[in-house]
Amino acid sequence: MPGRVLNALDPGASSRLAARLEQGSAIISATNGKTTSAAMTAAILAPRFRLAGNPAGANLSSGVSTALLHTRGAELGLFEVDEAALPRVAEALRPRALCLGNLFRDQLDRYGELELLAERWRGVVAELPAESTLVVNVDDPQLAQLAYGREGVIRFGIEDRRHGGPLPHAADARYCSACGVAYSYRLAYVGHLGEYSCPGCGFERSQPDIWAEEIELDGLTGSSFRLRLPERTASVRLRLPGLYNVYNALAAAALGYALGAQADEIASGLESTRAVFGRSERIEIGEKKLLLLLIKNPTGANEVVRTLVAGGTPKTLVIALNDGIADGQDVSWIWDVDFEPLLYGLERLIVSGGRAAELALRFKYASFSESQIDVIPSLAGALDRGLELTKEGGELVVCPTYTAMLELQKVLAERGYADLYWQRAARAREESGHARGPE
Amino acid sequence: MTTRIRVCHLYPDQLNIYADRGNIAVFRSRSERRGYELEVLGVGVGEVLARDCDLIYLGGGQDREQALIAPDLARRGEEISMALEDGAALLAVCGGYQLLGRGYRDRTGVEMLGAGVLPLETVAGDRRMIGDVSIECELEPDEMLTVVGFENHGGRTRLDPGAAPLGRVVHGFGNDGDSGFEGCRLGKAIGTYLHGPLLPRNPWLADWLLAQALGRRLGEVPELEPLDDELEYQAHAVALGRARERGGKFR
Repeated sequence: MPGRVLNALDPGASSRLAARLEQGSAIISATNGKTTSAAMTAAILAPRFRLAGNPAGANLSSGVSTALLHTRGAELGLFEVDEAALPRVAEALRPRALCLGNLFRDQLDRYGELELLAERWRGVVAELPAESTLVVNVDDPQLAQLAYGREGVIRFGIEDRRHGGPLPHAADARYCSACGVAYSYRLAYVGHLGEYSCPGCGFERSQPDIWAEEIELDGLTGSSFRLRLPERTASVRLRLPGLYNVYNALAAAALGYALGAQADEIASGLESTRAVFGRSERIEIGEKKLLLLLIKNPTGANEVVRTLVAGGTPKTLVIALNDGIADGQDVSWIWDVDFEPLLYGLERLIVSGGRAAELALRFKYASFSESQIDVIPSLAGALDRGLELTKEGGELVVCPTYTAMLELQKVLAERGYADLYWQRAARAREESGHARGPE
Repeated sequence: MTTRIRVCHLYPDQLNIYADRGNIAVFRSRSERRGYELEVLGVGVGEVLARDCDLIYLGGGQDREQALIAPDLARRGEEISMALEDGAALLAVCGGYQLLGRGYRDRTGVEMLGAGVLPLETVAGDRRMIGDVSIECELEPDEMLTVVGFENHGGRTRLDPGAAPLGRVVHGFGNDGDSGFEGCRLGKAIGTYLHGPLLPRNPWLADWLLAQALGRRLGEVPELEPLDDELEYQAHAVALGRARERGGKFR
C-alpha cells in the first residue's frame, strides 16, 4: 500500500502530487452512491480530460495518495472519497470542485453519529477555497444547510412528485440543523432526501440548478428521465435501476457541468455507464444470471428493496450479512431496513454470511415463516442453493454486504465465472489499499 | 376475552437509533404467539404516559435527538416511578438508560438532568466504548442467564452504592469499563447499554419482561409456554462468539 507509506513518510506529498494535475482535482463524497457517481462522472469527462482517479472502493486517504502516485500524463484528478476521510483528503487536494451527494446513517460503530460527520463536512466546506465550486444535493437538508450563503454553489435535486412518499422509518436528519425543530416534509424520495421546510426558522429546500423530471423507472433494468441543466435539456436513459441511481446520475451531471461538460457529453456519459462492482451488476453463470445488489445501510437497503419490488419481487432471494469492520460490526441496522414489502412475493429466502441467523430473525419477527428460510452461513453454499432454485434462463438476486460481496466474488472467480472487469477491479483494489478497512 | 398487554413506548420518533423497533417486534410476536394482544402506545414530548401501563420502553438516540427529549424526560420522573410502583415493568436501552438516571455530565461539565428513576449517574468519557458484549445475570434467584449485545457509548455510568446491576460483564465494557457491572436492575425495571437489538437474540429476557408485564395485568406472574427458539439460539451463539473474540477494546 504505497499510499499509506507515502502518507506516513511525507504528509505533504499528496498536496504536491495533486499540484501536478494541471486541471486540478474534483472530489465526490456521499454515504451512498459515490462509487457509481464517480464512474458516471469519469464517463462524462473522459472525452474532455485525461483523468486520474482511484479505483472503485479505494476511497480512504491512502487510496487517494496511491492513485496520485500514478497520475503521470493526467490532467484532472477525479476521486471518490470516504465520508470520514473527506476532511483530510480535501485539505490535501484543495479541489476545484467538491460534490456532496448525501449523508445517511451508516455504521455508527465506525463513523460515529451522523451529526458529527455533518459537523466535519461543515468544516470542509468552510475551508474550501473561495474559487472552488461546491456541488450539493439540495434534497438533503443537511447538505443544503452546508451550502447556505456560499457563492459558487451548484444545487441538484429531483423534481417529480409522483415518485415521492412519506418519510421512511430509517430517515435521518429529521431535525433542522439550524434551529432543532422537526422538518416538515411534503414528500421524501430516498431516505430523508425530499421536499422539506423548517417550521422553526423557515429554512427550506430551494429550487435546484440541475434536476431530473419526468422520471420513468424500468424495474431492475434502468430508468429514463429528462435532465434539466441551466439553459439546456437532455433526455437520459440509464442502464442502472432505481431512483437512487437517478440521484447518482444527477450528482455526476452536476459535477460534470461544474467542470465544463456540455449537455450532450453529460447525457452520453450517463448513458454509457454500466454497473460498478456489485452495484446492480449482472454476471452470467451458464444459462442463469446473477444480479448483485450491494446493501450496507438502512437507506441503501430500503432502495434496493423498493427497486426489487418495482421489478417484480423475486421468488428466491439470497441476502448475505457479514459483520467485518467494513460491513459494520454492529448489525442492528438490518432491523431498521423495511424488508416487509418483499414478503408478499418472496417464496424462499436464503440467508448467508457470518450473521445469517440474525437476518433470519429479522424476517421471522416480520412474520415470514421460518419454514421458508434457509440459513446457510457459507456464501458458496448459499449461492449453490439459490442457483438450484433458479430456472434455466432465470436470474438469481443476491444482496450482500460489502465483505460478503468480496467473498462471493472470490467464490465466483474460483469457479471461473467472474469476468475480467471484476478481476481487474480486484487487482486494482489490492494494489491501492483496501476500500473500507481502518486507516 | 383476550388479555391485552399495554406498552408505552417513550419517544419513538427520537429514541430509535439502534433498531429499537426490533425489540418491540419481539414483544409483539412473543405475546401474540401465546394468545396475548400487545398494544403499543407511543408517548412523545409533552404527552402523558397512558394509565394502566404494563410495560414501559425507552430506546437510544443520537446526542442531538437525546438533547431534544431530555428536558421532557427529566420532568417525567414521578410519572414513571408511579407506573413502576403500580407494577409496570420497564426496559430502557442505551440513551434511554442513561437518561433514566439522575443525570448526564458531558465533557465540558454541562449537566443534563435525568428522570432520576434509576439509582445511577453518567459522566462522559474520553473514548467511546464500542463492541460486542456478553454478561451474566440472575433475573430470578439461582437462574444464571447469558445476555449478549452490542454497546456503543461514550458515557461512564456509575451505580449508587447498593444499587443492583443487570449483570456482570464477561466480555466487553459494560457500564464504565472497570466496575465489571452492566446495566441496572430495580425490581421489574431494567436499564442496559446492550442493543443489537437486545431482545431477538436474548428471548429469555424478552419473556421475563413480558411475564412481569402480564403479572401486573393478571395479578400474578404467569408461566409462559415455551416457543421454538432455535434461530434465536443460533443468533445468540454467534453473538456470544463475537463478544469472546472481539468484545471490549477501546477504539
